[in-house]
Amino acid sequence: MIVFDDVHKSYGTFEVLKGISATVEKGEVVCLIGPSGSGKSTLLRCVNGLESYQKGRITVDGLLVDVNDPTIHALRTRVAKVFQRFNLFPHRTALENVIEGPVHVLGQPKAEARDYALELLARVGLSHKIDAYPAALSGGQQQRVAIARALAMRPEAILFDEPTSALDPEMVGDVLQVMRSLADEHMTMLVVTHEIQFAREVADRVLFLDGGTIVEQGTADQVLRAPQNERTQDFLRRVTHPV
Amino acid sequence: MEKFLTHATEYLPILLQGLWMTVAVTVLAAVLASVLGVVWALLRTSGVRWLAVPARTFVEFIRGIPILVVLFYIYFVMPEIGIDLTAFQAGVIGLALTYSCYIGETFRAGIEAVDKGQIEAAMSIGMRRPMMMRRVILPQAFRIVVPPYANNIVMLLKDSSQVSVISVAELTMQGKMLASSTFDNMTVFTLVALLYLCLTIPLNSLMSRVERALRRSR
Repeated sequence: MIVFDDVHKSYGTFEVLKGISATVEKGEVVCLIGPSGSGKSTLLRCVNGLESYQKGRITVDGLLVDVNDPTIHALRTRVAKVFQRFNLFPHRTALENVIEGPVHVLGQPKAEARDYALELLARVGLSHKIDAYPAALSGGQQQRVAIARALAMRPEAILFDEPTSALDPEMVGDVLQVMRSLADEHMTMLVVTHEIQFAREVADRVLFLDGGTIVEQGTADQVLRAPQNERTQDFLRRVTHPV
Repeated sequence: MEKFLTHATEYLPILLQGLWMTVAVTVLAAVLASVLGVVWALLRTSGVRWLAVPARTFVEFIRGIPILVVLFYIYFVMPEIGIDLTAFQAGVIGLALTYSCYIGETFRAGIEAVDKGQIEAAMSIGMRRPMMMRRVILPQAFRIVVPPYANNIVMLLKDSSQVSVISVAELTMQGKMLASSTFDNMTVFTLVALLYLCLTIPLNSLMSRVERALRRSR
């Protein structure tokens, strides 16, 4: 579904991604973990062309991701994204946020988009908040609207960029719950996260990034319970046993 | 005081004519400056070099020239290249051009102040740039821009007094002529100042009401 083939990216002389090769299969949940600055989020941003890369190839369903190619817009409608800071449109209600893409980008009839949006908002537990503006919602609620907004595009894959990092601890569970239910339905998901527990339970595979390269990858069990690489071991010790 | 009032009623009709002219110049110039301001801002934030650079150059040019010089230029130099304008037309155009640059900069700052995450969110649902501008960026920039824009308009109203130098008979001009014929500077200019306040104070309160309404709708 999503294939990275020797992807390189630099900001000026600083090389952020130093040859990433990996595959996300259809229906698979892949978690990207690693210390900050390791290139996880950058890699994710390259997948839907929010960021360009200089060398190598990224393909989605066989289609090359190229920021400068007009096909990028169509590609973005097929790969949704959920952001760390939600990025809901503040001047639109929850419902309007969810139907924005289907109605205005995909050209769906409003009534149809609305019905599906209501279904999705119910699914994320926000039927009572459809007319609320983002400012009136908690972080956890905003993120669940953002997930509904992503799902409304009927995407083939969803990219999650640290979806719980900006949330108060008591809000994290609700969001992870929604993500877990998506995983159960075999939504293809590429998730940058610091939630090791979530990765352990939900991820089919885990990639550990450090310094712009994939240091270790394998099933969640392999990478998270019995890491082979010293840097992975060190990182996991730090995040699971904070001082 | 009594003397002030008798004289005031005597002067007022003439000054009101000037006031009317001030309002006309201001409203026309404000409309024109706002439309042009939007154009400059959109060009400058277009990300297209051959649109952004000319717009920036024009804005920098006009901003660097005193408004009086702009007015003299339009009124006295343009006829030499065959563009004859009445003082009123020249005044409106000069004010509008000058203020379109200030307003354009205000709008540009507003557009650039919209959270970058909004652009990414819009891009991520497949929006192209024009739609993103129309549906995501501009509605948010609009809210940011109302207070400084209101300030621009009040400044424009006050600077409309500058068109008196090219003989537009607006409030300041009428005041000056009245004062020099009656030598009653005190009464005349007090009235002129009060009449300006009659315009600026309601304008300010209108703008802050708009501001509050916008904040409530969030």
